[in-house]
Amino acid sequence: MDYIKELAFIVIGAILINNFVLSRFLGICPFLGVSRKVSTAMGMGMAVTFVMAMASLITYIVQYAILEPLGIDYMQTIAFILVIASLVQLVEMVIRKASPGLYQALGVYLPLITTNCAVLGVTILNIQEEYDLLQTVLHGIGAAIGFTLAIVLLAGIRERLDRADVPKAMQGFPITLIVAGLMAVAFLGFQGLIG
Amino acid sequence: MKPLQVLKNGILDENPVFKLVLGMCPTLAVTTAAINGIGMGLATTFVLLSSNIVIALLRKFIPDKVRIPAFITVIATFVTIVGMLMEAFVPALFKSLGLFIPLIVVNCIILQRAEAFASRQNVGLAALDGIGMGLGFTLALTILGSVRELLGAGTVFGLQIMPDSFSPAVIMILPPGAFITLGLLMFILNLISMRKKREA
Repeated sequence: MDYIKELAFIVIGAILINNFVLSRFLGICPFLGVSRKVSTAMGMGMAVTFVMAMASLITYIVQYAILEPLGIDYMQTIAFILVIASLVQLVEMVIRKASPGLYQALGVYLPLITTNCAVLGVTILNIQEEYDLLQTVLHGIGAAIGFTLAIVLLAGIRERLDRADVPKAMQGFPITLIVAGLMAVAFLGFQGLIG
Repeated sequence: MKPLQVLKNGILDENPVFKLVLGMCPTLAVTTAAINGIGMGLATTFVLLSSNIVIALLRKFIPDKVRIPAFITVIATFVTIVGMLMEAFVPALFKSLGLFIPLIVVNCIILQRAEAFASRQNVGLAALDGIGMGLGFTLALTILGSVRELLGAGTVFGLQIMPDSFSPAVIMILPPGAFITLGLLMFILNLISMRKKREA
């Protein structure tokens, strides 16, 4: 029972309390870059969720079946980024063959995910926190849901902003950053929700 | 392109943070204090300089199709080196930057410079570009870190600046402060460049 409770803490923690974008600052580039429209934000979120869950699983195996037995932990960064890059490539090929519709929706975002620091970030955090396999995968999924939540919320606000009268010097990045700041204030409210 | 211009380009005209808006994750995450900003900036500069040099040297040997994985491997190697050096010589700074040291690999500035500049130019220019971009990044991080530290703790580089009666706005050190400070700094820079254009 305690184990299930711990799993729930990990997922809720990654979504709300330590939201990857708004409190850990991971994945800011796509957060600012691909949040113009809700539909594209949603597509990015789905692609990231898929890659993050897979990457968490595979890097866990790489870490404990290859790097640690061989005593080459210091290769972690290189090994993980190569895993993620090839995974993204593989996912792209599989989706293109298996589901052209999904590929149409996600295709453009897939290459961008390699340099999404949230993906590398979550895999390194999994190892640092010494999660077991199930916790690792759930943490990956929770983090990705948190990312999707933040990017979709921001896209919703930005769609409204397009119709608002924003001072010229504020348009674009400045106003987006300030909106993100206010969202981060709101997410601070989740601190102390559990634990 | 003239060498000096390449250098200036990175620091001012195409400042990676304020103009290109690249590398936002470390920019926002580590700038809770000025010293962290400078540390992160210099670590990134080292990686940028080394990877730009190596990639410029190898540019004729790397097949076009696998260039991105090749670039990333070069970059990851230098990130590992810089991480080990920092852990050995500045353990306190290494600890406070934490996760963001290995994440220098996915800092988009480095890959973007490799792709857009180092893989097309000779070694000398690529090295200068690395230094320029790195210093521009360091400058931006230090400014952001100083502002946040000043408002959030009343100090800059750990030195007391504000009078004792000043009550620090802790929110500036928390995550929201990062977004809001950077947003306002960009707003001010936009205002200045718009005014310059009007005068010209």
